[in-house]
Amino acid sequence: MKVESSNLGISRANPAWQTLSRLFHNRSFMIGMSLVVLIAVIAVFADLLSPYDPLRNSFRTRLRPPDATFWFGTDHFGRDILSRVIHGARISLMIGLMTALLTGVVGTLVGATAGFFRALDNPIMRLMDALMAFPAILLAITVAAVLGASVTNVVIALAVATTPHTARIVRASVLTVREREFVEAARALGATDLRLLFRHVIPNTFGPLIVRLTYVFATAILAEAALSFIGVGPPPPAPSFGSIIAQGRDFIAEAPWITIFPGLAIMISVLGLNLLGDGLRDVLDPRMRV
Amino acid sequence: MPETSPILDVDGLTTVLTGSKTTILENVSFSLRAGEVLGVVGESGSGKSMLALAMMGLLPKAIRTASGRISLDGEDLIRLPADQWREKRGRDLAMIFQEPMTALNPVMRVGAQVEEVLRRRRGLSSSQARKVAIDLFHQVEIPSAEARLKSYPHEMSGGMRQRVMIAMAFAADARLLIADEPTTALDVTVQAQILDLLRKLQKERGLALLFITHDLGVIADIADTVLVLYAGRVAEVAPVRQIFDDPQHPYTKALIASIPKIEGPRDRLVTIEGNVPTVGTMPRGCRYAPRCPYRRDICETEAPPLRPVTQGQKVACLQPFGFPQLQEEAFL
Amino acid sequence: MSSFLAKRLAGALVVLALVSMMSFAIIWLVPGDPTAAFLDTSATPEQVARLRRELGLDKPILVQMVDWYGRVLRGDLGHSILLNRSVTAAILERLPVTLSLTGFALVLALIGGIAAGIVAAVNHNRWPDQLVMTVALFGLSVPDFWLGIMLILVLAVQFGLFPTGGYIPLGDDPFGWMRSIIMPAATLAIIQVGFIARMTRASMLEVLNQDFIRTADAKGLKRAEIMLRHGLPNALVPILTVGGIVAGALLGGAVIVEQVFSIPGVGRLIIGGILSRDYPVIQGGLLFLAVIYLMVNLAVDVLYAVADPRVRLE
Repeated sequence: MKVESSNLGISRANPAWQTLSRLFHNRSFMIGMSLVVLIAVIAVFADLLSPYDPLRNSFRTRLRPPDATFWFGTDHFGRDILSRVIHGARISLMIGLMTALLTGVVGTLVGATAGFFRALDNPIMRLMDALMAFPAILLAITVAAVLGASVTNVVIALAVATTPHTARIVRASVLTVREREFVEAARALGATDLRLLFRHVIPNTFGPLIVRLTYVFATAILAEAALSFIGVGPPPPAPSFGSIIAQGRDFIAEAPWITIFPGLAIMISVLGLNLLGDGLRDVLDPRMRV
Repeated sequence: MPETSPILDVDGLTTVLTGSKTTILENVSFSLRAGEVLGVVGESGSGKSMLALAMMGLLPKAIRTASGRISLDGEDLIRLPADQWREKRGRDLAMIFQEPMTALNPVMRVGAQVEEVLRRRRGLSSSQARKVAIDLFHQVEIPSAEARLKSYPHEMSGGMRQRVMIAMAFAADARLLIADEPTTALDVTVQAQILDLLRKLQKERGLALLFITHDLGVIADIADTVLVLYAGRVAEVAPVRQIFDDPQHPYTKALIASIPKIEGPRDRLVTIEGNVPTVGTMPRGCRYAPRCPYRRDICETEAPPLRPVTQGQKVACLQPFGFPQLQEEAFL
Repeated sequence: MSSFLAKRLAGALVVLALVSMMSFAIIWLVPGDPTAAFLDTSATPEQVARLRRELGLDKPILVQMVDWYGRVLRGDLGHSILLNRSVTAAILERLPVTLSLTGFALVLALIGGIAAGIVAAVNHNRWPDQLVMTVALFGLSVPDFWLGIMLILVLAVQFGLFPTGGYIPLGDDPFGWMRSIIMPAATLAIIQVGFIARMTRASMLEVLNQDFIRTADAKGLKRAEIMLRHGLPNALVPILTVGGIVAGALLGGAVIVEQVFSIPGVGRLIIGGILSRDYPVIQGGLLFLAVIYLMVNLAVDVLYAVADPRVRLE
């Protein structure tokens, strides 16, 4: 089979090609992907795209409403909101992405261990249940506050809150995968437990995991904003979506634009990721269709 | 039998996949009188369940009726607005489904599911409905009927659930009952009990019964007339004796030949070579031609019309055995 | 049914023990000495020692744990350093505020979400479905605190329909209570409406494809009767199971929304505790909300058994 497909190159019958083709025909996926790519490009090229320095104070331009010079207006320090939102995308997306990655690694290790080693299943999952009993956002706020303000600590705090559910999803797919024939076959051929787990079981749980992590990415952007709003987000002066809103709140009546635009930026980013997740779920994990 | 006019008269019924010309049922005609049992027989894929659903007006969205008439007491159901057809269901026509496991609402007590028909469709009060439901449970021979009303479907055996389905179908006093493989999902002994029960109730009430099955043994037991369906077309219609004594269509012959000779478990029909063609791969001429041992060239291009061969017996074959003159007519 | 519930209750007790341990363990996460947060650098060693004694930090960890469990079992969540009063009393005083907020939001979310989900499922793939799904997706993508600020901006600042914040107890002035709670509750609900609508729609679509719906149709029942008598009760079973998730999300959302609307609830108390490093308040508050969450989930299990007779057999 391997020989055949390498002779043919990437054929239409190739499962990976089929999955891609189904993704490209999925409307949610395509819209979501476009939005996410757009935001990602803005984040990556923030320095080139932003018209002003997001950190430069200027008393002369403070609290200016949106106009031709400052498209999104300025804040109480006279900083350009458009430039701050563009740079905010960088921090918010980075925190979201890092949270998704950290959650993916830890959630997979925890969930796979629970699903694969029967003796550990109950203790691990009860621990996850206990973590899930705390409101996730409150758990994240507490951990972030206790650890102290830094981008890394915010990521850790968010990952603590999103890992239990992820571990539960990984465990569920491990439980089904471990019963499949190819795992039995590998076991019969003398593969060790760890080899079975990492070579055969975990790779087959990636579908639901990728779907979940897309939603974690979205949730993390929302949660980062909430953390910033409470005052335990990434430290100033570098702007994140949440910190711009938090600063704008005191001027909501006289300068609502400070608050409105970063909020819309969050919404577009999260909407894109949610659509992406919906599309991925339709294709990779059709049982979970909601 | 032609002394009474038929309750149900189906004429040229054709259903198609929505948005295409692919036919699911093609030009199906038959009629059914009060007290009569019409057995519809065919392999899976012959369209027999679609026929049942078409009568009920419950075709899946992907399938629609393209032409033909379904007359109930002379009123064409197809031309009726959807809500008037709905009014007929459960009052003039009732249906029993194949799977008693899934056909009942799992979170509703079975008594309530029967009483619902009585209250909503016959306008009985709760207490009246309750009395009638108990009575119906007695009629369908459910032991300790009164207590059983409070059961949930999952607390009952398959046979008992099918009795509940039957009670439900009879609740509204329908005069036409459509039974789609009502015994297929059940154990052999339970099958016989349910069949006996259906026949008894049908006789008592003088009901017109459209009985759908893939099992010729069951057909022999219950039907007055038999309609053999093949790939959405009628292959043969005849009184039950003639179907068994003097089958005309090669497919009917093959079906009868496939009945196990010794009394034993009635299995699915497996002994005919090949499969029913699937939707979209229908042969151009006679749809049975690819499997037919008597096939001729013309069978592959000409669809055979359904023509009478003897009293009450019609067959759709260009070369019915012993009637060579029909073959010549076909060339005219 | 009783064995099903007994099993759930036993599971909940184990989780409760773990939850309580974790609430306590928060203090171990603090880098350095927790007392540093309360005392400035000029504090004398005696002052530090006294505070350590007050917090129980001078004892071995195991003893601290046992002490904590012992106190928690008596309902004593410790003494707030900043409020200088019992944490239990402070929480109980604010509990009605948070419960009325989340309860009101839950009612709004359930009514809106289930209705929208049914409309979407019944009109599968037609415009009402697409409209509901699009709105639901926006609801899931909007940050709750920002939505709250936008509501304040438009409804309170621009049109003056509601106060910009604050809370009036139901007992003092029912109409005032309604006016003070409707924006925060709507903020909380809008996000959950999207979630519940999506769940309801999926669940309804699955149920509507099942055989017993066709049976109901064969009975000649009206479409609305089929939906409400046969579709919805079956679709509710999976919706109930997400009730616990919704409750958790509402409690978490309340923490943020109380902050936005300056509502003196448990969430605001805990946030205050977090920002001022008042550990007894943080520990007690976390434990308290987790216990509410576990109780809601037990209640969901009971409802689940009521809604689905098949569960009772397990």
